[in-house]
Amino acid sequence: MNARENSPHSVSFYDDSGRYRGLFSWLFTTDHKRIGILYLISVLSFFAVGVTLGLLMRLNLIDPGRFISERTYNSLFTVHGVIQIFLFIIPAIPTTLGNFFLPLLIGARDVAFPRINLLSWWLFILGGLIVVLSIFTGGGAPDTGWTFYAPYSIRTASNVSLALFGVFILGFSSILTGLNFVTTIHRLRAPGMKWFRMPLFVWSLYATAWTQILATPILAIAVLLLVLERSFGIGFFDPTKGGDPILFEHLFWIYSHPAVYIMILPAMGVVTEIFPVFARKTVFGYKAIAFSSLAIAFFGYLVWGHHMFTSGMSDTSRIIFSLITFLVAVPSGVKVFNWIATLYKGSIEVYSPLLFSLAFIFLFSIGGLTGLINGTLSLNLYIHGTYFIVAHFHYTMFGGAGFGFFAGLHYWFPKMFGRMYNERAARTACFIMFIGFNILYFSMFILGLQGMPRRYFQYLPQFRTNHIISTIGSWIFVAGLLLMFGNLIWSLRKGKKAPGNPWGGKTLEWQVPSPPPRENFEEIPVITHGPYRFD
Amino acid sequence: MEKTETAHAVHTRDIEGAKMGMWVFLFTEMLLFGGLFLLYSVYRSKYSAEFHGSAAELDIVLGTLNTVILLTSSLTMVLSISALRKGHRGLSSLFQGMTILLAIIFLVNKYLEWSTHIHHGIYPDSPALLAMERGQIIFFSLYYVMTGIHGLHVLIGAGVIAGTLVFTTQGKLGPDNFVMLENTGLYWHFVDIIWIYLFPLFYLIV
Repeated sequence: MNARENSPHSVSFYDDSGRYRGLFSWLFTTDHKRIGILYLISVLSFFAVGVTLGLLMRLNLIDPGRFISERTYNSLFTVHGVIQIFLFIIPAIPTTLGNFFLPLLIGARDVAFPRINLLSWWLFILGGLIVVLSIFTGGGAPDTGWTFYAPYSIRTASNVSLALFGVFILGFSSILTGLNFVTTIHRLRAPGMKWFRMPLFVWSLYATAWTQILATPILAIAVLLLVLERSFGIGFFDPTKGGDPILFEHLFWIYSHPAVYIMILPAMGVVTEIFPVFARKTVFGYKAIAFSSLAIAFFGYLVWGHHMFTSGMSDTSRIIFSLITFLVAVPSGVKVFNWIATLYKGSIEVYSPLLFSLAFIFLFSIGGLTGLINGTLSLNLYIHGTYFIVAHFHYTMFGGAGFGFFAGLHYWFPKMFGRMYNERAARTACFIMFIGFNILYFSMFILGLQGMPRRYFQYLPQFRTNHIISTIGSWIFVAGLLLMFGNLIWSLRKGKKAPGNPWGGKTLEWQVPSPPPRENFEEIPVITHGPYRFD
Repeated sequence: MEKTETAHAVHTRDIEGAKMGMWVFLFTEMLLFGGLFLLYSVYRSKYSAEFHGSAAELDIVLGTLNTVILLTSSLTMVLSISALRKGHRGLSSLFQGMTILLAIIFLVNKYLEWSTHIHHGIYPDSPALLAMERGQIIFFSLYYVMTGIHGLHVLIGAGVIAGTLVFTTQGKLGPDNFVMLENTGLYWHFVDIIWIYLFPLFYLIV
């Protein structure tokens, strides 16, 4: 042991230590903070690809066929979906902010399995690259939609197998992260950090991690069977061989509906950290928020059938799935009301993390409430497979999970990088994005109610106005995104040095220097009270 | 104030935590096979007569033999953990070697069984199979996929045991540090249990 390691708390985690220097000290790091940064860079790179593909889709829809061919359009919405879901929104918060802050929030030096943590990043990169590779090789980019529904996914000559293999590996990565977090939360809480003294972001990560563990294996087997189906013709999902394509839909949604909560729960956790700090007031209804996370994760398992109301299912099952879908709204509503109650009579300071969180509440509420419309059996038959659905899940996933991620990024940026960003630019970006987002996606609600089917390359003349409005919205939104990331990237080098606790937060991560030292805490703290005590 | 001991605290082993991680991982494995069992039950209820007929064509002797082999390998696995806990590295290595050997015998048996069927022209998408009833096509596909994925787990398990065997002989595993072997044992028993379910579902329920 050399002299430097004798005082690990005085050295920022950005300073190389251990066997390697430079790039390799990052690629082979087992420090949860460095892995968090690695994930952040990777996830945002894939996000940039996904956004570009989305922009191209919107570009086509101004004037179908002028810029992009039918076949390319099918690939665009498929790869856009696969990348944004598996490579951006599912890993976005748990692997970046979660990896970085989970040990800090519970007073630990690292996660339970640091090497498995690194392995999961490598698997993520491998899976991601395979997905990207599938665009350029074989029979061309997959054109099935991100849902890979059989029997078309069995028949198409496009490169579905390679993309599915990538998704399979990404599933591994996701499971390992979940497994790591559950064990960490059980085993590595600081002395006195009882379950109900944990910050609520940790609760949401806990619920998310269980969902990752319990749901992802079903996706793994579903995509594996599809690959076997394509390579060996096993016939499970092929009606000509006695199989049933509906069973693939079941297996797919048994994972992919809970996956929706893998996306949104961590974002809910992030804003739950932000509201008390900027209202200078303890969180309203701590236990209700903690349990509502678990309740959302639990009910999230039992509602997958609402994706299949028009696929062929008995009325009894449809009514039950519809009913349980409504039940999910209860814990979600509990959270929204608790956030509002936390702000009520607080001494509110408006900074960009709070603005992003407020945008989150607004957009998520629209997404959530339209979810009830989708879950209503009679209405679902009318809007199923239309732009209404597209608008709904972009409001929940992007308006919800995405804005929650951006809120967390602005909240914890000073801690992660030791620099402040330009507050005015961040607010302006938030404002532009909020406006652009609503123009981009609200017009899709109207298109859906008018009957515009999703995934169509071409449309009837009456849909033209709203499509143009939506595409203009996409440009405004991306302008906001560019401003936001430009500001953050500029601040990495040029920003003012951040103090240890710029927002006056009470949770443990704010009690260490910015950026945190390599071993997180000079001495493992002893916890004597709950996380949000603003006296 | 020097806090050197806290730097070391990172490197202390958390045996409870390691086992917990393994159990959670096995849970995900169970769900992976759960998807297959789900398909099996759906198709069994849809094509019960065909499943009934097809199961009679499987070789119950080879199936029983493999069950005995896998159960015995679970025993040798447990014995190797006991031996290591008591400090008998050599004995533990011997039992680990026996477990690997039994795993190989299991896979050879499986290979013989599969090649008999393939010899008769019965494998996924084969003309002979496609000429059969739909329920039979599904039955044999399920048979190949489920025993195949299980066989892959046996192979991976044998590889992991080969790793612990090397560590044991090198002295990296011992009476103070056996959690890796114990976790490998947990995985091995899981592979065994899956077979305990596959055996009646394909061979016995005729």
